[in-house]
Amino acid sequence: MEIPRERLRWIYERMALIRAFEDRVAQEFAAGKLPGFVHLYAGEEAIAVGVCAHLTDRDYITSTHRGHGHCIAKGVDVKAMMAELFGKATGVCKGKGGSMHIADVDKGMLGANGIVGGGPPIACGAGLMAKTLGTDQVAVCFFGDGAAEQGTTHEAMNLAAIWKLPVVFVCENNLYAESTPWTYHCAAPDIASRAAAYDMPGVLVDGTDVFAVYEAAGEAIARARRGEGPTLLECRAFRYYGHFQGDAVSYRTPEEEAAYRQRDPIQRFRQTVLSQGLLSEDELDAIDAAVQHEINEAVRFAEASPLPPPEDCLTDVYVSYPAEQLAFRH
Amino acid sequence: MVVATRVLSYRQAINEALRLEMRRDPTVILMGEDVAGGATIQHIEQEGAWGGPLGVTKSLVSEFGRQRVLDTPISEAAFIGAAVGAAVTGLRPVAELMFVDFFGVCMDQIFNQGAKLRYMFGGKAKVPMVIRTMIGAGFGAAGQHSGCHYAVFAHMPGLKAVAPATPYDAKGLLIAAIRDDDPVMFFEHKMLYDMTGEVPEGDYVVPIGKADIKREGNDVTIVAISRMVHIALEAAKRLSTEGIEAEVVDLRSLSPLDEDAVLSSLAKTRRLVVVDEDNPRCSVAADIAALAVDKGFDYLDAPVKLVTAPHTPVPFSPSLERYYIPTPERVIAAVREIV
Ligand SMILES: Cc1ncc(C[n+]2csc(CCOP(=O)(O)OP(=O)(O)O)c2C)c(N)n1
Ligand SMILES: [Mg+2]
Repeated sequence: MEIPRERLRWIYERMALIRAFEDRVAQEFAAGKLPGFVHLYAGEEAIAVGVCAHLTDRDYITSTHRGHGHCIAKGVDVKAMMAELFGKATGVCKGKGGSMHIADVDKGMLGANGIVGGGPPIACGAGLMAKTLGTDQVAVCFFGDGAAEQGTTHEAMNLAAIWKLPVVFVCENNLYAESTPWTYHCAAPDIASRAAAYDMPGVLVDGTDVFAVYEAAGEAIARARRGEGPTLLECRAFRYYGHFQGDAVSYRTPEEEAAYRQRDPIQRFRQTVLSQGLLSEDELDAIDAAVQHEINEAVRFAEASPLPPPEDCLTDVYVSYPAEQLAFRH
Repeated sequence: MVVATRVLSYRQAINEALRLEMRRDPTVILMGEDVAGGATIQHIEQEGAWGGPLGVTKSLVSEFGRQRVLDTPISEAAFIGAAVGAAVTGLRPVAELMFVDFFGVCMDQIFNQGAKLRYMFGGKAKVPMVIRTMIGAGFGAAGQHSGCHYAVFAHMPGLKAVAPATPYDAKGLLIAAIRDDDPVMFFEHKMLYDMTGEVPEGDYVVPIGKADIKREGNDVTIVAISRMVHIALEAAKRLSTEGIEAEVVDLRSLSPLDEDAVLSSLAKTRRLVVVDEDNPRCSVAADIAALAVDKGFDYLDAPVKLVTAPHTPVPFSPSLERYYIPTPERVIAAVREIV
């Protein structure tokens, strides 16, 4: 599949931005600046970027607890994301959501999700909207290998299939759900073949190869836009960090982790485009520098931003509701 | 008989209760996501990986093996339902619903199945199971990992519900819950795991349905739940410096409720404040207020005051989360209004 030069640059820039964002968040978390749970996406960049390369702001995605990469691939503002993780008033969710609920509906990003299996039914809803209103929008549902075992995921795939909804299910199989290997939690030899149970195409993809993801997602999304119904993609990749920051990762060996790095999606992309003369080394280095600058600016912005005023706890619960019934009495 | 005690954390106390009951009774099994961790991974098959996300069930798999400490897929409806089925047919499962906020994905198995079977079967079945689950704000874990929500369960006929505030109570209540022949919801506050306290060795039971006076006083009764017991105690300490002596009643059990303990304290102090980290509408706090008005009306010399979370989800930002959680200052202000 021929990819236009500008799009190649975009793919590299987004993957590099996700990596730099996650590496920086790991540092800031270790320095004690970020509250709560943080799940990092480094190593899986090719999936979010290869898929979202086919989407516009009018298309929707649902995400997971590991949602920063999906946000960035969907074009959510990195400054506002960083401020959200810092719990600041300038955050994309005004400090109410944090890492696990980061979202930007204006960009078609329907939220990271603290509930494993929370996203698939919502993606069906976005697909139902498009079908009902007769638009050409699609919804992409990212979910983990662990989420593949949740009832909601199966119910959603069946629903999307019987209604021929424009939904693409993208399973990010990073081999583990927390400390549990997918070969233990999944009875099937692969997740993609479960598509047969819902009479939809199921495709197993190398999720560390952004070109492979781009191609498979392109077909699935085009099929959805044509009104031919859902597809299940299973993209295999690795998460470089622990399940969350603070996980000692005793269940993986150093050899296993070193083997992942051999297939680093960003390095693979670099090698491919350089060897084929599609982009130049200078060009890629310039993108790297710009990305570093953007991340530094994002952290500066987040640190300089104020915390939300405490009473903001009481806003945004409803569209309309008697204020005195939201507040505590004492 | 002299029983040796030593200092344990709330986390260790829970671990010890599970260990002792699993030793005593081979029908007690444990299941949940990563309660051992690392299933089928050779170098960690014996000792497990996580022992629960915050290490509460750590090393139980080494002693009891993977037949009795079962890692599950992320399929709460299936494994909590399986706990119901196993309980009805002869085991005493302890299932872990990692965070209480996840009840939405498996509530049918809890409340339509586990809670109602005995009644609908005309008393012929019993469902001796425990669901351990984490509650509470303060961790910065935001909207889907920080709620209390115990009122939802206390509301449901067929379920018992307990929420210990100290390591001592955690161990004794968990042993009681495992031995109980009804389904028991066991609420562990995530901000208490590192709190330490004296815990006796060996087995003992804190009876379900019994509150505990954590501090005596004559001027006002403060009823509190789980972590809020410590907020209430801190408030009581400060009030004492201005000559107000508060009695702090730790409910411990939310269903059944120790109505006598609340009412007899109220009869003594004639004033009531309830501190509850859950949302206020249809809450345990509201239930206690109703109890005071219904059965303790003649004791009351002042309105009942409720110190609760607001009617909002739990926010992420530290500034917002601090506002959400009841503080000693808010408890003191409520007491001052009625004393
Ligand atoms: C309903 C529900 N159950 C359990 C959890 C706790 N939990 C959070 S992430 C996770 C593992 C998810 O694994 P996977 O879907 O493979 O995603 P990954 O973390 O590997 O990206 C679990 C068990 C949760 N958040 N929601
Ligand atoms: Mg996974």
